[in-house]
Amino acid sequence: MTGALWELFFEGLWITVQLMVYSAALAAVVAFSIGLARTSRFWIVRFLSGVYVEFFRGTSALVLMFWLFFALPLLGWQLVGIWAGTLALGLSYGAYGSEIVRGAVQSVAPAQREAAIALSFTPWQRLRKVILPQAVPEMMPPFNNLLIELLKGTALASLLSIGELTFQAKLARLSTGQSAQIYGIILVLYFAVAFVLTRIMRVLERRAKASVGRAVPKGEGWFSRKLPVEKQGPEALATGGKP
Amino acid sequence: MPDILKGLWITVQATVYGSLVSFALGLVWALALRSRSRWVTWPVSVFVEFIRNTPLLVQLFFLFFVLPTWGLAFAPLTTGVIGLGLHYSTYTSEVYRAGIDGVPEGQWEAATALSLPRRRTWTAVILPQAFRRVVPALGNYVIAMFKDTPLLAGITVADMLFQANSISATTFDYLEPITVVGILFVVISYPTSLLLRALERRLVR
Repeated sequence: MTGALWELFFEGLWITVQLMVYSAALAAVVAFSIGLARTSRFWIVRFLSGVYVEFFRGTSALVLMFWLFFALPLLGWQLVGIWAGTLALGLSYGAYGSEIVRGAVQSVAPAQREAAIALSFTPWQRLRKVILPQAVPEMMPPFNNLLIELLKGTALASLLSIGELTFQAKLARLSTGQSAQIYGIILVLYFAVAFVLTRIMRVLERRAKASVGRAVPKGEGWFSRKLPVEKQGPEALATGGKP
Repeated sequence: MPDILKGLWITVQATVYGSLVSFALGLVWALALRSRSRWVTWPVSVFVEFIRNTPLLVQLFFLFFVLPTWGLAFAPLTTGVIGLGLHYSTYTSEVYRAGIDGVPEGQWEAATALSLPRRRTWTAVILPQAFRRVVPALGNYVIAMFKDTPLLAGITVADMLFQANSISATTFDYLEPITVVGILFVVISYPTSLLLRALERRLVR
């Protein structure tokens, strides 16, 4: 392994991180707007957001990415590779995220909502001051899972020849022919990024829980992203990691 | 269109074989992680976490390019099934774990009171109850795997996406084949998930 090869990898890593940050931002926006729309009072809003979720969860992220990159130009828009990747990942992982938001919002005790109505809060105040502060800590562990899934999803963008980590590995393999070493290193690099993300999310989770006066369950192991122990019902089974 | 349907058949095969591999391996990991010996649990948990935290696509590339250098030359589809099965087994092991944890404590105590041997406790008491709870969740992973099969196109398995790509390459029409593939995915996976939800209501109570 030469220095030039490492340079190639770190260049790829940087694009991977960029792609992840952009699509995570888009996914967060989609998750909150669609997730909250699914708890709307109006059936048409609930219905349309439901259609969005079922469609984007039903199809494959890679096929969506190919569609945005290869098929959309025929309708008159040409996207730069990295934006096609961001859009595909953000839209489909946002759909998974919206289910997390919806679940967490609905798990807030109904009395909290009633109390806010009794205090004559406006719907917006109710959401911002009562519901979300309690729902957000609930969302943290599944969001952690989703973020790792998103990180792994960025590897798909290599098939659009965006120069991220997996694509750089392909180049390196073509020039050196050392497949085992190169893909081994790439796997370890992805693992390292996932590890750092998990740690950061744990800190955020602890802060969010502390802010509403709850302790974080301990003993989850160093790098595992297991589900919190209190959630062992069928709904925990249904979301055991991969969305 | 006939080519895409041929691809669909490959996609379905990859999903079915991949699921069977992941169901079997997942149970192996789940049981190994409950072993009393640290020499078993530690390597298995490191392995499982490593697989879970790295991209399936890179794992597939790894297998596809590395297995032949070790003298194991498989057809692309077989490599794909190994990759999918291995990747998803780390998720199904978590499902089994939750299913086993969900069996009431009293069942373990009852088995101890009857002085059942450890093996029979598992096969006659715990696992039959765990499986009932686990079926719908395993089904979710079958759908997830179905949606991940297009990655196999990256290692030259002639699945739906691969067929769509080769059609596009000859006709320069990208819009239609890829749209058809995308819609086929929704058309298959959505009814399946509705079915699973119905099954879940019946099995898990």
